[in-house]
Amino acid sequence: MENTPAVEMIGITKRFSGVAANEGVDFTASWGELHALIGENGAGKSTLMNLLYGLHIPDSGEIKVGGDSVRIADPRDAIALGIGMVHQHFMLIPAFTALENIVLGAETAKLGLTDFRAAEAKVLATGERFGLRVDLHKKVADLSVSAQQKVEILKALYRDARILILDEPTSVLAPQEAESLFEMLRRMVAEGMCVILISHKLNDVISYADRVTVLRRGRVVASLETGQTCPEELTRMMVGEDVPTAEPQKASVVGEGAVLKVRDLSVRGRSGRALDSVSFDIRPGEVLGVAGVDGNGQRELAEALVGLTRSTGTITLGGVDISGMSVRGRLEQGMAYVPEDRRFALAPDFSILDNSILGFHRGFAYHGILDLDEMVERADELIGRNDIRASGPGAPVKSLSGGNRQKLVLGRALIGEPTILIACQPTMGLDVHATAEIHRRLLAECTRGAGVLLISYDLDEILALSHRVLVMYQGRVAGVLTREEASREKVGAMMLGAKA
Amino acid sequence: MIHFDAELLNSTLRLATPLILAALGGVLCERSGVVNIALEGMMLAGAFFGMLGSYWTGNPWVGMLLGAAAGGAFGLVHAFLTQRMKLNHIVSGVALNIFALGLTTYLLRKLFMHAGGSPPVNGLPMWNLPGLGEQNPLTELALAGTLLMTPFLWRTPQGLRLRAVGENPEAALAAGIRVGRVRFAAVIAGGLLGGLSGVYLSLGQLNMFAEGMSGGRGFIALAAVIFGRWTPLGAAGAALFFGFFDALQMRLQGQTVGGVVIPSEFMLMLPYLLTIVALAGFAGKAVAPAALGNDEATASN
Repeated sequence: MENTPAVEMIGITKRFSGVAANEGVDFTASWGELHALIGENGAGKSTLMNLLYGLHIPDSGEIKVGGDSVRIADPRDAIALGIGMVHQHFMLIPAFTALENIVLGAETAKLGLTDFRAAEAKVLATGERFGLRVDLHKKVADLSVSAQQKVEILKALYRDARILILDEPTSVLAPQEAESLFEMLRRMVAEGMCVILISHKLNDVISYADRVTVLRRGRVVASLETGQTCPEELTRMMVGEDVPTAEPQKASVVGEGAVLKVRDLSVRGRSGRALDSVSFDIRPGEVLGVAGVDGNGQRELAEALVGLTRSTGTITLGGVDISGMSVRGRLEQGMAYVPEDRRFALAPDFSILDNSILGFHRGFAYHGILDLDEMVERADELIGRNDIRASGPGAPVKSLSGGNRQKLVLGRALIGEPTILIACQPTMGLDVHATAEIHRRLLAECTRGAGVLLISYDLDEILALSHRVLVMYQGRVAGVLTREEASREKVGAMMLGAKA
Repeated sequence: MIHFDAELLNSTLRLATPLILAALGGVLCERSGVVNIALEGMMLAGAFFGMLGSYWTGNPWVGMLLGAAAGGAFGLVHAFLTQRMKLNHIVSGVALNIFALGLTTYLLRKLFMHAGGSPPVNGLPMWNLPGLGEQNPLTELALAGTLLMTPFLWRTPQGLRLRAVGENPEAALAAGIRVGRVRFAAVIAGGLLGGLSGVYLSLGQLNMFAEGMSGGRGFIALAAVIFGRWTPLGAAGAALFFGFFDALQMRLQGQTVGGVVIPSEFMLMLPYLLTIVALAGFAGKAVAPAALGNDEATASN
């Protein structure tokens, strides 16, 4: 068994409405190997693994598992072949307990009733073996993100998976949590399992994986031992050219005073406070980065600041108390907002034209009728100024790439020269070039004198752009560090509850 | 003025039985993530075909099976339209309700050359239930079903899967569950119960079929599902609550309050009024299956 590869995918092609996501891909992973699959967003990594897990069916090509040619029509087939997958967006049922989630679809029954006791014994034994500990009787909705990830892994192991696929597992974890995840994966590999890791964190790939396969635009660029390469070479392979240094130049001049003053901001959550007495200032020309593991109050903070959520406490913008104002009032006071999910910023079926005035539409209406010429002017201005690649202002937003959509969202938010910009996950899912462009725009706002609140789950992004770093833990401010104080290790520990 | 006696309890049970059966069907269907406003139509079809089975054979039990099958067939169509054809659940439900009314009215006139109602047929015999006296077997089925459905949904693998596809079909699919199959089964089973609730109307109460005899009870049953937070006990409790007020309004008809006769129209309105009040007061807090109406995972690859 050790001599035949665990997984062989030969000449795999998969198209979605004519666009090739995978084109003649050859991929091989062995038993006892941690195999990293890397590439830019849209390179086809997740598609390839979804084909292996039966969520899609390849248009052509052959899949072999353990040396045998197989047909995987749905996840049932994959599970039967010993394949497990931990998706980037967890496939869990929040209203069910951890144990119910784990046994779901693979239940054993006694007299017709689900045998939860036997299941629990098996799960505990598996957890013991790999160092996975989760409260099995808690509802998944009440578990932390890293605990939910453990539930996903246990789910695969409960089904006796020997091939485990993980899609971007570390993007939601604090550095220390990521490290223990990798230790666990190494243990599985040491037991002879095959672990396939989709990632874009090249340092992790070099440190922990045995082999790496690089995808670019749906094709395999290279497959090599991690010992024979370096992050720079991998980046070049992923992007297809040399990338200018990712580290952007920070605006050096941070002004005096505060554009935004937040005092004792609290938001009630499902149980207790989702946001608990948060206070901070942002100075003109400053990027305040908000670091933290997903779900520690960042979303509530952004929504409370913009006025989408009811909150207590005071928010002062440019000397004006905006705490009692509506969303519209706050925007008119000079606030701009880039939401975490672009679906909340754009109407995908609308044209660029319509989307470019959303939220500013009152300024385009005369006697209740929208002025089309002015709208076209605005849309053309946004397209030109932000380098948005589109067939024209009439193109539906859903036809744009993620990067162009985000350029539109950001460009629209910045058109009124706001004094404070709340940017949530502004580069999530974007490729290297779009990310660099968004970063450049954010820093340009600082140079203009605006303050930026940057909320991101990507610690590297926070550290690259911020003048100061505010760390959130369980709805509270765990501490505010200057850029010099904010090391990865220190911020990571605070993300997990350590005091500053 | 009101006497809580055995008679009131009996008429409550009598009036609540079709509501309980249909509400249990609604719980099964909606827990699997399929909105079921077609209960009304399933009930009407069950009532008609129940009568027809009994008329043809003279055997009310055959009628019961035919009525249940008619409800199940409506469930099958609802599942097919929503899961295979990806039709909006509400649209499919409305269409089925209209179809049921048209179909039963047409067949009634065609087969019996008579508008309004069918000739009398043999109804279901009464069974003696310890503690509750003489009851219709369908009442007994409704009560037993209420008690059995809770462990089914929360303690069996099938129940776990049914709830899973209603909460998050994508996750259920990734866990190796055939989402479409589970939903078909749940909606058909819900249809069978909806059909039985109609059988109770034609073979349990009047021993005949009358045009449009479901009279909005399917919608009240749906309200009971929501009011009961999509649990069998809650839905049956809500159905009993509505049944009780229906019984009460019958009792209160012709009664006077301070020398004034309460109009019977007002009394007839009472159960419906309470339905609205109950829904307005409780529906906001109710926790619906998270993926109610969501068909993404049953899309083909």
